[in-house]
Amino acid sequence: MNTTHITIRGLTKSFAGQPLYSGFDLNFPRNRITSVFGPNGCGKSTLINMIAGLMPIDSGEILFDGKRLHETVIGYVFQNYRDALFPWKKSIDNIKYPLQIAGKSPAECETRTQELIQSFDVRFDLNRFPYELSGGQQQLISIMRALATQPEVLFLDEPFSALDYEMTLFMRDKLQAIFQATKTTMIVVSHDLDEAVYLADEVLMLTRRPTKIAEVVEFKAARPRSPGTLTTQDFINAKSHCLDVFQREVRTKELLK
Amino acid sequence: MAGRNYVKLLTPAYGAIAFIFAWWLIAFLQLVDPVLLPSPQDSAKAIWVGFFQGNLFSDLKVTVMRTLAAFIIATVVCVPLGLVLGSSVQLYRSLEFVIDFFRSTPASALFPLFLVILGVGESTKIAVAAFGAGLLILFNTAYGVMNARKVRQAAAYVMGASKSRVLIGVTLLESLPQTFIGMRSGVSFALVIVIVAEMFIGSTDGLGQRVINAQMIFNMPEMYATIFTAGVLGYSLNLFFILIERYFIHWGGK
Repeated sequence: MNTTHITIRGLTKSFAGQPLYSGFDLNFPRNRITSVFGPNGCGKSTLINMIAGLMPIDSGEILFDGKRLHETVIGYVFQNYRDALFPWKKSIDNIKYPLQIAGKSPAECETRTQELIQSFDVRFDLNRFPYELSGGQQQLISIMRALATQPEVLFLDEPFSALDYEMTLFMRDKLQAIFQATKTTMIVVSHDLDEAVYLADEVLMLTRRPTKIAEVVEFKAARPRSPGTLTTQDFINAKSHCLDVFQREVRTKELLK
Repeated sequence: MAGRNYVKLLTPAYGAIAFIFAWWLIAFLQLVDPVLLPSPQDSAKAIWVGFFQGNLFSDLKVTVMRTLAAFIIATVVCVPLGLVLGSSVQLYRSLEFVIDFFRSTPASALFPLFLVILGVGESTKIAVAAFGAGLLILFNTAYGVMNARKVRQAAAYVMGASKSRVLIGVTLLESLPQTFIGMRSGVSFALVIVIVAEMFIGSTDGLGQRVINAQMIFNMPEMYATIFTAGVLGYSLNLFFILIERYFIHWGGK
């Protein structure tokens, strides 16, 4: 069953008179991880920010199962965890915050938080303030916070780009495990093609601005994927195909200049 | 090892010791007219006598009460106002000139105006001090709000927080480090204005009045004792705020 979760129709957005998106149509599949990849400045982050309601759109329609954003529970993981977490709250209270906003009782908040701690197998002290934790631990708190309200869609904007390589590998697998357990629809913006393909069921390749869909590349390797996946023929094929699309996009535009 | 720790512990005291020694030396060698510069011992004695036999303590108390009254009024009025101004960049820009103008106007120049409106009394001293301190608190709070990290507000917004909830739960806390800078400068400024007001605006008590009285009757030890007391007061207020800041805004700069 592969149905559509998010429908975008006629999306238009300009910056300073320059069109970035113009009459843009797109579907995001349900219960899948979609990676968004494209040249610099093509508006990858802008796209998910518009879908998540963090940036206004000029015109068009974005629906989640036919519902509008304010009727939909979403989660968002920012690239810069240091700026996104609340330093005045203990880590555990950061995780509880969206539950409190949703009007849950203290008991419900506690139960849900304990559930998250169990499923993430957190061993470090959540009574510490975020700035007392390592980068990876902080981003883990961010992800737990984004998942606390059991969102229908989880957005991740270059979630691991500020982490070191070891932590990145660990966090990718954590994210994958969460996905396998919850099947939450996820949209990941990435500037690392390896990561984009490794995490994704579908890689959404975008063109240079004005942005169009260059191609949607499927990657069907079974989960859980492991670093071994990175050397399989399937992975290499998918990645080199993505690379071809990407280079074609970059080159065509250069010729036009 | 233990010896080295002592050296480290005493480092901040070296300057103070050197200062008092230089003062003592100048007084001892009578390099300055002894009437103008009494020895440190005489000044220390004047403090002791002032506190335990005279009314230095009650003057100190009066000055503290005036300063705190002005500071509290300024805080209660100007923190919420700064919050509102800062959340609308357009509103702040339209009022920026007025705020900057009055902030740059010496508050002491407003004494005659406030005297006409409020008359000679407590309210004038407190009002002028509160006015000056309030502007410092106002623009610092507004700047704190305007420079609040947008990502944090976005994070709360995307989790479904209402506008007012983002303002109180995120923006206000984001602005606190800057607000505290405003409050710290505000309380120091209020003290300056209160002391000046006590000197020249028909006062019968307070440290300012005490300094000027001592000067008029050439009681120099008494004058130095009062200046020193005012200095300790200013320093303590500042220190008190730094400690509160460290406790409440533990995340500052992180």
